[in-house]
Amino acid sequence: MFGAGALVLGSQILPVRAKASTTNAAWSPSLFLGVDTDGTVTIIAHRSEMGTGIRTSLPMVVADELGADWNRVKVQQALGDESFGSQDTDGSCSIRDFYDQMREVGASARLMLERAAASKWSVPASECKAVNHAVSHAGSGRSVGFGELVALAAAQPVPRKEELHLISPAEFRYIGKGVPLVDLEALTTGKGMFAMDARMPGMVFASIERPPVLGGKVNSVDDSGARKVTGVSGIVSIPTFKPPHGFQPLGGVAVIADNTWSAMQGRRKLKIDWDLGPNAAFDSVSFRKAMVETSHAPQKVLRDVGNVDQEFAKGGKVIEADYYTPLLAHVPMEPPAAVAEFKDGKCVVYAATQSPVDLQNSVAAGLGIDKKDVTCHVTLLGGGFGRKSKPDFAVEAAMLSKTVGKPVKVVWSREDDVRFDYYHSTAAMYMKAQLDHSGKPTAWLQRSVFPPIGSTFAPNTTYGDEGEMAMGWTDVPFEIPNHRAENGPAEAHVRIGWLRSVANVYHAFAVQSFVNELATAAGRDPIDYFLELLGEPRKFDPHPGGKPFGNYGKSLENYPWDTGRLRRVVETVRDQSGWGKKKTLGFAAHRSFLTYVAVVAEVDVNDRGQVRIPRVHMAIDCGQVIHPDRVKAQFEGAAVFGTSIAMLGEITASDGRVKQSNFDSYPVARIHESPIETHVHIVASNEPPTGVGEPGVPPMAPAICNAIFAGTGTRIRELPVKKTKLV
Amino acid sequence: MIRVEVNGEERQFEGDPDMPLLWYLHDLLELTGTKFGCGMGLCGACTVHLDGAATRSCTIPMKRAEGKSVVTIEGLHIPGDHPVQQAWREMNVPQCGYCQSGQIMQAAALLRDKPKPTDADIDEAMQGNICRCGTYQRIRAAIKSAAGVRA
Repeated sequence: MFGAGALVLGSQILPVRAKASTTNAAWSPSLFLGVDTDGTVTIIAHRSEMGTGIRTSLPMVVADELGADWNRVKVQQALGDESFGSQDTDGSCSIRDFYDQMREVGASARLMLERAAASKWSVPASECKAVNHAVSHAGSGRSVGFGELVALAAAQPVPRKEELHLISPAEFRYIGKGVPLVDLEALTTGKGMFAMDARMPGMVFASIERPPVLGGKVNSVDDSGARKVTGVSGIVSIPTFKPPHGFQPLGGVAVIADNTWSAMQGRRKLKIDWDLGPNAAFDSVSFRKAMVETSHAPQKVLRDVGNVDQEFAKGGKVIEADYYTPLLAHVPMEPPAAVAEFKDGKCVVYAATQSPVDLQNSVAAGLGIDKKDVTCHVTLLGGGFGRKSKPDFAVEAAMLSKTVGKPVKVVWSREDDVRFDYYHSTAAMYMKAQLDHSGKPTAWLQRSVFPPIGSTFAPNTTYGDEGEMAMGWTDVPFEIPNHRAENGPAEAHVRIGWLRSVANVYHAFAVQSFVNELATAAGRDPIDYFLELLGEPRKFDPHPGGKPFGNYGKSLENYPWDTGRLRRVVETVRDQSGWGKKKTLGFAAHRSFLTYVAVVAEVDVNDRGQVRIPRVHMAIDCGQVIHPDRVKAQFEGAAVFGTSIAMLGEITASDGRVKQSNFDSYPVARIHESPIETHVHIVASNEPPTGVGEPGVPPMAPAICNAIFAGTGTRIRELPVKKTKLV
Repeated sequence: MIRVEVNGEERQFEGDPDMPLLWYLHDLLELTGTKFGCGMGLCGACTVHLDGAATRSCTIPMKRAEGKSVVTIEGLHIPGDHPVQQAWREMNVPQCGYCQSGQIMQAAALLRDKPKPTDADIDEAMQGNICRCGTYQRIRAAIKSAAGVRA
């Protein structure tokens, strides 16, 4: 068993022979790679494809280092297997955690091929070079294809890491340029296989009525009506989880039928009496009031520079603001779905999962079997955004299969998805600053309150953890002599989970809106003001000498918080967007997942208060770029995702029940509501690659709201914008 | 019994006449390119052509498909090189791809009705099709490319 950090070059540590979950090729130089005698190269994609293109980008890195011809590469999706290192596809870390390792996988196999050719020709290996799927010998002009070398290569000792030499950037054929998406054909012809489309022989379908309140239990159920529905073959109870809920099923009553529709119809006829439990008292309106009150009193201090209290006591021009963001749902286009078969003490699952190993663990726990007896096939994911890191729905399918003795497919309806999500947390943020005569802050206080993700794993967790607080809260990079960041407690009454860019969403909204408010109060251009607060380029350490800053799991030494890089994206977006030439532009900039992003959004508000977003400019520095088109696509998508958060998204609850249920009550941005043009400006960088899936999201809402202010004079302090009357 | 033509093939359905066309296609015929997204005609993932018109198959009960011709993404063009599909590939539109069958079916119907759509035409025709990944900009560009109008 190897951790993600162990830099598992499969070929160095693991047996040369393929394991069950790797390729069946004639030669498997590593866990991630197989080569057949016909020259076909099979590369394992061990991360989940939910739209980032990772099934293309990481195998492309292996192929480039290997000297393979991409047209002769097949990509095979990995089963869940800890041997691959982390497969948990979230945190925008697939490239940054595996780029080096994939290069080594390719380089190792390339060296073995070169040595194989050298032995064949009795020449020094240093004279042999693998290019475009063949090894050639410079001196003699001889060349031999990869396929022909398989037997000889397999006999080569696996190189030590010190022996490897990586190709130079000048030799890159794919890295930094890109190749066509491996799934492009399938995804434009309806052939892509998502969990919703997976089938197993003899499979039945399940639709589950879950407790309407978190932690609720079934008192009694009258299933007589459901049993009369054509196609319904059974009714099965699923026990309510034992706290903490983690990734366990919520519980409830499942209707089993011979197709999805019949299962849903049967479910409608269930009559269930619930014991709702204590969360039935949850009301999002009073909860908000309580959070705001908490945010108005001193709380736990997380970062303290100078003495904010002393400075405020001196008196001066004080600006205060309360910001609020609601609970949000992920609503991936494919609602959660999984097929599972429990048989002879083992379980096989097909699931749209971001984290197959978490799925194995959770299914094993739910069934009371060993996790090695759970096989997880990862399908394509119809969107993930963090929702599909939580495998509760696959555990449901597995438990039902154990009961009914057949493969079971669990399909969540959209209503299930919206009502029973692991919600992005709601947050209240109080901000206060004191300005000197030039308008610069001499003191800055920021206080946030939100039910934390930790509550999902340990009940009674009420404070944000280092991961959440380091997401744009304790690392506000402004040079302000007196600066304090605090966090106050809030209890969760629904499941809280991570959503694309996580706590950065609410933190960036508050910080980037507030600095815009201060610029306005100072009568300054918002970008000039921002750059002035940012100060001279420097490596910023939020906790100098204290406990290490979270920094997305990376050291500040290897991935510094470089305010110069933030400055550069700000200047780029200013220069590219026509800043200063139009009145209705809004600006925000934020570092998350080690990537620097600056946004200028152009917003038109018509005389009926309707908002359109004709143009968004994003300047990004994500270090070295591996697949430029997919990087751009992620930021284009983030502009839309961020627009949904800014304009539309809001989950509310009363009596412990979530009130929204489908795209009518929980709207997301449609084509006419989204930015019409999003221009992504990639700032060239030789720094190590950083995240791209999430960092485009956080600056969007404040940029849009700052643009609305610029255009209309209406300051938005509460999301979504639709709650505020603009004219 | 309900007779319906699916991708040019005559079919007979003997189940619940209230079953939505979506589930007949997806679960019974295993034409899984047509996707479930909302069940209420709100997202467009299940869009097919019903007698040529872009239609949300999740809200059409089988009894209303009687005697009609259904075309799904699998039948739009064989082998999958409809101008809209080609344009989708040219622009690298898909991210997760789940909604794209519906988007492509909707766009193909739009271009049949309006071969040279304006931005307003595109907004009107495509606003019923949600893409949570946010590929709208490329969808718009791909429609224009397929129509041969300048983006």
